[in-house]
Amino acid sequence: MRVRDKAALKSNTEGRRIVIIGNGIAGVTCARHIRKRDSAAQITLISGESEHFFSRTALMYIYMGHLTYGHTKPYETWFWEKNRLRLIYDWVTHIDFEQKTLQLQKQPPLIYDTLILATGSTPNKYGWPGQDLKGVQGLYSLQDLEEMEVNTRNCQRAVVVGGGLIGIELAEMLRSRHIPVTFLVREENFWGNVLPVQEAQLVNRHVLEHHIDLRLIHELEEIQDDGTGRVKGVVASTGEQIDCSFVGISVGVSPNIALVKDTALETNRGILVDDYFATNLPGVYAIGDCAELRTPPTGRRSIEQTWYTGRMHGETLAYSLTEKRVPYRPGPWFNSAKFLDIEFQTYGVVPAAWGEELQSLYWEHPGGKICFRAVFNPDTKAVTGVNAFGMRLRHNFFDRAIKEGWSIEKVLQLMEEADFNPEFYDRHHSAIIGAYNAQFGTSLQPRKKKGLFSFFSR
Amino acid sequence: MTYIQKTGLVLLLAALAFFTSLVFLGQFRLTEAVLKEAVKPEHYPVLQEELAPMLDKTYSSTFAFVGDFNGYFGAYNDQLKMEGQYEQVIWDDYAFSVTKAASIGFVADNKLLLLLLTVFVGALGGLLFVLPLYRHEPEGVKHNGIMFSSLKSRGWIGVVLGTYLILFYIILYWFPAYLSNMVLLADPISLALSGNLASTWFMYGLIYTLAILVMGIRMFRKHRGNKYQTLRTASVMFFQLSFAFLIPEILVLLNKPWQDLKNIWPLDYTFFFEYRVENFLSSGAVGMFMLMWGIILVVLGVPLMTYFYGKRWYCSWVCGCGGLAETAGDPFRHLSDKSLKAWNVERIMVHSVLVFAVVMTGMTLANYFSGFEMLGGATGVVQQWYGFLISAAFAGVIGVGFYPLMGNRVWCRYGCPLAAYIGIVQRFKSRFRITTNGGQCISCGNCSTYCEMGIDVRWYAQRGQNIVRASCVGCGICATVCPRGVLKLENGPEQGRITDIPILTGNDSATIWQ
Repeated sequence: MRVRDKAALKSNTEGRRIVIIGNGIAGVTCARHIRKRDSAAQITLISGESEHFFSRTALMYIYMGHLTYGHTKPYETWFWEKNRLRLIYDWVTHIDFEQKTLQLQKQPPLIYDTLILATGSTPNKYGWPGQDLKGVQGLYSLQDLEEMEVNTRNCQRAVVVGGGLIGIELAEMLRSRHIPVTFLVREENFWGNVLPVQEAQLVNRHVLEHHIDLRLIHELEEIQDDGTGRVKGVVASTGEQIDCSFVGISVGVSPNIALVKDTALETNRGILVDDYFATNLPGVYAIGDCAELRTPPTGRRSIEQTWYTGRMHGETLAYSLTEKRVPYRPGPWFNSAKFLDIEFQTYGVVPAAWGEELQSLYWEHPGGKICFRAVFNPDTKAVTGVNAFGMRLRHNFFDRAIKEGWSIEKVLQLMEEADFNPEFYDRHHSAIIGAYNAQFGTSLQPRKKKGLFSFFSR
Repeated sequence: MTYIQKTGLVLLLAALAFFTSLVFLGQFRLTEAVLKEAVKPEHYPVLQEELAPMLDKTYSSTFAFVGDFNGYFGAYNDQLKMEGQYEQVIWDDYAFSVTKAASIGFVADNKLLLLLLTVFVGALGGLLFVLPLYRHEPEGVKHNGIMFSSLKSRGWIGVVLGTYLILFYIILYWFPAYLSNMVLLADPISLALSGNLASTWFMYGLIYTLAILVMGIRMFRKHRGNKYQTLRTASVMFFQLSFAFLIPEILVLLNKPWQDLKNIWPLDYTFFFEYRVENFLSSGAVGMFMLMWGIILVVLGVPLMTYFYGKRWYCSWVCGCGGLAETAGDPFRHLSDKSLKAWNVERIMVHSVLVFAVVMTGMTLANYFSGFEMLGGATGVVQQWYGFLISAAFAGVIGVGFYPLMGNRVWCRYGCPLAAYIGIVQRFKSRFRITTNGGQCISCGNCSTYCEMGIDVRWYAQRGQNIVRASCVGCGICATVCPRGVLKLENGPEQGRITDIPILTGNDSATIWQ
């Protein structure tokens, strides 16, 4: 399939059978966008995990009692029927790429013209002794959440292993039910392989403020059996033994490719795809967490397992399948998270550490819970990445600033426009400019306010 | 829960039980002097005769007294109606005023003490419960366990509370005589403020105001560090205490009409009723000002303020109904129905009520200016039905009684004609919108879940679209609970307010090739 004009595409695709394995954000976005431009296609979404699409990122809120499972479904039940998106609630057991047929666990086989694999990830486990004991688990799927509900009943102490995004979520979830948590982090600081030291330490402090027993530079050595196949404690790399009845493992995820292992489909860590999400087999595509780009765009990793990249894969492939064949060209990297009560947004790339190739501006609020970092090229002064903790910034502003290579000074002067905090909140841009001036010996001034009523017009 | 909180809860529940039990306490004795005080002079001779069997008899319960009164009073009217002598029928509802005036003994003798032990101890209990909330906890969203709470998630406690509130409102609107003892307690405060004895609505206003104040303090605790929520809550507390509660009573003290100067037609549906207009016109410059102020608010205030700030300037910053919903109703906000079906029902209902209110007011004015010749009795009937269906049944019984069952904005969403009017302005001519932050949404659903107006905020946010909806009251909770900083309430240029972005910010694949 090369670039074709729209009319030809419409006539060619009358009623083509598109089957998507996986109903997560990548699969569902792809299905929705295909339907927008192709009303004839027969689109089928298969999932054994859940009957309907739900927001995986919201699993923690179900456990914490902020939401029910129903609340995490972005679309009502009528949506699928109205858009003629057929849902099959079953597991795929085998794919016959020759016959273009899928075998399902309970339901009759399915034939496809186009197959889109969006099978997501599975939590990593690194072969620790005792990792398969009862009470030891990761958190990725709806089933994991149900298991956690059972595993943490009457839990006296829990241990969370892995200082990343899911790890801190697990700790927060457990704390919401007043379960004491010991948090083992391998690095010197929380998420230390991603966050610069100052940001990571800001999170460290906040973790402690929530009465989470944070153990930095602690690795998991062994999980102990109580004799009945249940966890009774863990041993850390320091030799310490910690009694617990629940161990949450959150040391990253890997593409979920068990279904296609040892088939004609080429895989490495994930399913290998080109810039168009095409695999080595005709008519078969892979998107989302399970896809591994053969040639990732400059500065990007070959496997990116975030909600946003899943969605962008879905958007792009759907566009290619219905409108015009386009390669995957993500804009500047962005991501967000929430560490307990502190929100985090990042635009562009801020590495955990850097040398001569970058300069950095760092500002931290005296309260120690809000900070801003921008890294920029020492010569051109072009901003290449920002981190914001405890403050909200406008995505469109930084998407443009980074794409157009705005200098740090331009960004700082215009930063009032990037403010996305709620109304009446303290503005920090003057303080940030002050920090820049202090750090680089400049005398940059914030741009003048617009006038008497500018306050009201925001 | 701390010991202080437990004490507070016990005090609150005890005060509530005691308050409720007032219905069963005290004695009643109707004397000629009491009757003379309680009814209009022209009705006194007739009633003295008709109620003769009750005179100087001591009743030991509200029920016995009201039962007898309704029996004799009703029999008299029924007789006249049967004979077709409608002009002699007494249309005034004297059951409440006579019962209240006839109260003697324990309750009547200890008004202030009982007021303290019920209403104020209840408020104190509430305060003791809310003040220590989230102590020693960092600032942030406090929603842990809401979906497991029996009170907040339609468990049995929620259903019991809903039932209690519904019954209370039914009695309040249609059988106020049974609340005579409760109202009696407010006499000392009412006398001090306006110089009059307490009416049912004074007592109701007192409890309503205290509920907003105590639960407003709960909001301060819950949203500590959130300036938008804190200011907004302070604003509704201020407007309720001053504009809705104190100022009208002081106006009465100064012999001016009772007027809540922030209440706007058509929520204040009687504003153009004959008796109100007459009252304004006969109250000199102050009355004239009130009439003009009310008209200016409708004609200029609402469109202008809504253009600049959106519906929120009224619904979640000023309004009394909104004030109660945003404070006492906050624990129930997530119970609103987010389905598309509910939205369809909402649009039909709320705009129908607006039409009803406009037609009724139109009839009233036509009648007034035509010297009561044009529509005559029809206007009265329409007014009565509006009062019964919309003001009492909808705004009161369903509006508040259904808090624990259907969320805290049932009235505002499905019934308030002023909200419908402001909503139309907000939807079509306003600078207000909730901006979605590029492609940052993760579809978690916190925004939709905690939207009291039942807006499926996520539907827009996950598409990168701004939220521009008639019903949005701008409470800002969606932005507060968003874990990724995706939503921001903003007033800005109308251009670009309503957006439809096919591919979200952050993905250049399709855009650069187009």
